[in-house]
Amino acid sequence: MPLVRTLLVEPAGSVGRYALLLWKAFATLGDMKSYRKNIFDQMVHVGLESMPIVALAAAFSGAVTTVQAAYQLVSPLIPTSIIGSIVVPSMILELGAVLTGFILAGRVGARIAAELGTMRVTEQIDALEAMGLNSVGYLIVPRVLAGVFMFPVLYVVASFVGITGGMAVGVFGGFVPLGEFVAGAREFFQPFDPVFGLIKSLVFGFTITSISCYKGYFTKGGAEGVGRATTEAAVMSCVYLLVADLFLAVTLL
Amino acid sequence: MIKVDNISKSFGDKQVLFNVSLEIREGETTAVIGRSGSGKSVLMKHIIGLLIPDEGRVFVDGVNIDDISYAELRKVRQQFGVLFQGGALFDSMSAFENVAFPLRTFTSKSDSEIAYEVHQCLTMVELPDVGKKMPSELSGGMQKRVALARAIALRPRYILYDEPTSGLDPETSNTIDDLIKSLAEQLNVTSIVITHDMHSVLSIADRAAFIYNGRMHWVGTIDELHASTDKTLCDFVKANEYQIGPRS
Repeated sequence: MPLVRTLLVEPAGSVGRYALLLWKAFATLGDMKSYRKNIFDQMVHVGLESMPIVALAAAFSGAVTTVQAAYQLVSPLIPTSIIGSIVVPSMILELGAVLTGFILAGRVGARIAAELGTMRVTEQIDALEAMGLNSVGYLIVPRVLAGVFMFPVLYVVASFVGITGGMAVGVFGGFVPLGEFVAGAREFFQPFDPVFGLIKSLVFGFTITSISCYKGYFTKGGAEGVGRATTEAAVMSCVYLLVADLFLAVTLL
Repeated sequence: MIKVDNISKSFGDKQVLFNVSLEIREGETTAVIGRSGSGKSVLMKHIIGLLIPDEGRVFVDGVNIDDISYAELRKVRQQFGVLFQGGALFDSMSAFENVAFPLRTFTSKSDSEIAYEVHQCLTMVELPDVGKKMPSELSGGMQKRVALARAIALRPRYILYDEPTSGLDPETSNTIDDLIKSLAEQLNVTSIVITHDMHSVLSIADRAAFIYNGRMHWVGTIDELHASTDKTLCDFVKANEYQIGPRS
């Protein structure tokens, strides 16, 4: 019985609580006027403040992809344009979104869970409810919407910076001339690729912020509980981000 | 009037409240007393619908709050001001913003009107100059007073105090007690004070309700408390180093 409880009952309970929380949250969309300032604040935290680290990680990933592609593939028999054909689709299709997702899971997911978890254990959420405010709407909707709005922006920045980084290292490192890089990128470019990346980034933004809100909102215990919620938020966000990544690839590509 | 009618509550296998009933009379200050873990705070959370009883009902002005929609419950809650045990100030906001928060959220007052109201509330709790400070810059006693200012910002009909003097030195505790008394008089509110501090009870309450092991063991006025010969109640009061006897 304990095994059934661990493997079935508890996960089912968690999914139910998660779905109910989101249902309650989005049932308050009519009150959005009162949460407008909160949404903008969260967009700054989730989006603008994450931009430097996302851009840095993307630039290095693009650069490393170029160097590795040159190391593994370039030979007298293979044109150097292959580097552009590898770097650009991999940034647009996979790295731009997934890399940003991992960074946001650590940076934003952990922050959301720690913030809400601390509010829960210090009775600040009870205080909101006791005032007559819908705490779910006030705390969760702005964070999730900020994730959904800002993740695509970060994805675009990550893809652009990553491709630029890869191109710069390729050109200035002497791995591939600029014209070859661009020609390679154009050769295999599919118009659906950036659309797919944007869809992924929307889904990832929702996944990371909603899971982190869920973990933080239902934190139990004191400082230890907040620590546990924070870790779980970051880890679960990464896990479900990978699951969503595979699901979208299988269904949309 | 608030009426708690025969409520029971369990968390998992642990039953915390057993058929608890209580009537809070309009305009009075009622102290709910009992040992730590006896279920006092759980009872308080039922009164504002933060917890739903497994059995029994809670009435606020004749309305069963477990039987109304969430939107209606939120309206009922707006009649309450709650002082939580740790103050529960929003730590991302200054003291001013904390007190202004309910005014901004639930009223259409202008910024200058809100600033005036906040100043009034902070003055009532004798902290007119701390508006710019963040909660982390305030002492425990000051945090509770700012939280009290926030609780009275919307001029509630009922104020709930959850352990208002716990963790405070005797002098600060006396200040909080004096505030509770003066707010009850100035604002003409009905107050419910959850506490195990008999000094507070004797100085601020009109009536006391004693919860023992999750059951309502005794309810009466403070004079009746002084005259009580109930052994469990006397033991609890004596443990607070106060003998039951006529008030001086």
